[in-house]
Amino acid sequence: MPDKYQIVKKDVLTPDISRISVYAPLIAKKAKAGQFIILRAAEDGERIPLTVSSCEGDEVTVIYQKVGDSTMTLDELNVGECLADFVGPLGMPTDIDGCDNVAVIGGGLGCAIALPVAAALHKRGAHVDLIGGFKTKDIVILEKEMAEASDNLYICTDDGSYGFSGFVTGKLQELLDSGVKYDRVYAIGPLLMMKFVCKLTAAADIPTIVSMNPIMIDGTGMCGCCRVTVDGQVKFACVDGPDFDGHKVDFDETIARAATYKEFEAMRRENHKCRLEGMGNG
Amino acid sequence: MANMSLEKTKMNEQLPDIRNKNYSEVALGYTPEQALNEASRCLNCKNPACVGGCPVNVPIPNFIKKIQEGDMQGAYDELSSANALPAICGRVCPQENQCEGKCVRGIKGEPVGIGRLERYVADWALENNVASAKTAPSNGKKVAIIGSGPAGLTCAGELAKKGYSVTIFEAFHVAGGVLSYGIPEFRLPKAIVQKEVDNLKKLGVDIELNMVIGKILSIDEIFDMGYEAVFIGTGAGLPNFMNIPGESLVGVFSANEYLTRINLMKAYKENNPTPVYKSKKVAVLGGGNVAMDAARCAKRQGAEVHIVYRRSEAELPARAEEVHHAKEEGIIFDLLCNPVMIEGDEQGKVKSMKLIRMELGEPDASGRRRPVPIEGSEFEMDVDTVIVAIGTSPNPLIRSTTPGLDTNKWGCITTGEDGSTSREGVFAGGDASTGAATVILAMGAGKTAAKSIDEYLQNK
Repeated sequence: MPDKYQIVKKDVLTPDISRISVYAPLIAKKAKAGQFIILRAAEDGERIPLTVSSCEGDEVTVIYQKVGDSTMTLDELNVGECLADFVGPLGMPTDIDGCDNVAVIGGGLGCAIALPVAAALHKRGAHVDLIGGFKTKDIVILEKEMAEASDNLYICTDDGSYGFSGFVTGKLQELLDSGVKYDRVYAIGPLLMMKFVCKLTAAADIPTIVSMNPIMIDGTGMCGCCRVTVDGQVKFACVDGPDFDGHKVDFDETIARAATYKEFEAMRRENHKCRLEGMGNG
Repeated sequence: MANMSLEKTKMNEQLPDIRNKNYSEVALGYTPEQALNEASRCLNCKNPACVGGCPVNVPIPNFIKKIQEGDMQGAYDELSSANALPAICGRVCPQENQCEGKCVRGIKGEPVGIGRLERYVADWALENNVASAKTAPSNGKKVAIIGSGPAGLTCAGELAKKGYSVTIFEAFHVAGGVLSYGIPEFRLPKAIVQKEVDNLKKLGVDIELNMVIGKILSIDEIFDMGYEAVFIGTGAGLPNFMNIPGESLVGVFSANEYLTRINLMKAYKENNPTPVYKSKKVAVLGGGNVAMDAARCAKRQGAEVHIVYRRSEAELPARAEEVHHAKEEGIIFDLLCNPVMIEGDEQGKVKSMKLIRMELGEPDASGRRRPVPIEGSEFEMDVDTVIVAIGTSPNPLIRSTTPGLDTNKWGCITTGEDGSTSREGVFAGGDASTGAATVILAMGAGKTAAKSIDEYLQNK
């Protein structure tokens, strides 16, 4: 039997994105699509929130992108090694009921979160169009899994190197223009992408759920760091969300808040790279 | 012959201008000579009022008498018979409203420094690895404690001593609750908290970290696992905000967030990966202990710090010593003013705050004079950071997942005086049932609940 929080599988999806499965039986039994976990790679490390990608048996799978010092530290761990902490499931599950024709839209790493939502909807019998957006062909992830979890999969690339040429909003607009009717849209990805999907669906009058991923510490409602203004009310993404009515989210405020520690993070990222390069040279 | 000095024996402290740049403990504790000197100020009253002023009824004159006699083990035995976490209480209890507030020496002059003596004895025990009270043989009954703050730790310790098999479920990756995430290192060193937690482990208490009850397990599932009683000591962790415009600007933090980053996530340490906002001028809203803690941390991060409180100095709810220390360290007190709105720049960052001056009117329900805004007295204060420290509420995670558990309109779990709740076998205490209060009241509740749980399981 693996140890507590042991990494039992690890796949490199792109040079920047990896997938790990962690031994955490209680969480694996409870977690539903849309919920997240918080992990610490090492003692004295940051608490990193990651949405659960899938659960199988006693294992919980999450996908992360090496964007900063803490995720780089996480990436240094390999199969057989243990995380310092792994806590969850946190947040409310995604509401997958009450819709028959849906578009699930993922942007970049957001596809890792869109996938379990699409899979749950698909399994329930809804007709699922999955639109996955990436910058370029080389960083397309989870194509096979997303195809299995949907009726139609539309991959988009910003540079046109693969699939539809342009943003996910372009593809969604094209589908709507061709007469496809959706009774709900799920949008999961970068804040700007979600903002513009919501602009489009508001004009088309399609209810839209977005998954917010603000800065947080505890994930249990205790720090208030993850507050998001929804319909003029302050909500905590960790306990009230992470899903909200996208037409009511104040995206501009959320975008500003996401940059709170930008300078600090840039400095840490540089330090981390220097440490690694230093080791290579040494 | 008693020492009839009207003043407490002074305790050595780091100098204000030095300590406001570091996170080492401010108050350095008594030397043996100082402790003996202070202990001999106690008159050993026949009817000691101090004991009645203590929420856990520490036999105060008895332990002080042992110090006078030079019997430290005896002093510790007396102290620990009633108080499971004396090294912590000696540092954070509001003694002036409790034991020391009742001391006869306080009628003319200063009361006996009971808190300082408590700390002296407890630190002696920690340094010398003195074991706490003996435990009864195991009775095979399992009790679950939710939350490892002062209420949960106390309840766990009491039950373990009675022979119960106790498991504490803690949501964070570190035990201690507010003792770990909230109260800063310079006021309560985390090594002290860890030693008290280790003492509990020595009593056989099992601590399961990273367990958010209400999410990973419900209370009903805990009973299914064979636990025969549950104590909920989950505290009041949900931060309240002012509900004024601008509170979601970049640079506005709950005190919980600010303190958690610095304490629990150890951002006070050099080269720690946890980010803290870089501030030049900070306004801390509120006048309680949490506000003082946040202000003193912000000062140590290098900022100019203002406490903004709507009543006057006399009404500040913080311990007298915290206010005194904060002032010494250069915290500026802007009293009788209240924030109206926080204003931001084009990047959504805090740049200033609009305040209004207040005056005190008639007493309100709390007995304190109600602050009333003075019309037309609005003024601007340039700040880049606002820390909201106006209180906390109980977390809804447990009440929303436990059918049949009654709570009041503030979300506090309703309990009888014995800590029992509307659910059989479920007990609660501390901030989770009273709303935000003090460490020692939570400990008192944990102790009461342990007694009730014991009675309940004996008779079951």
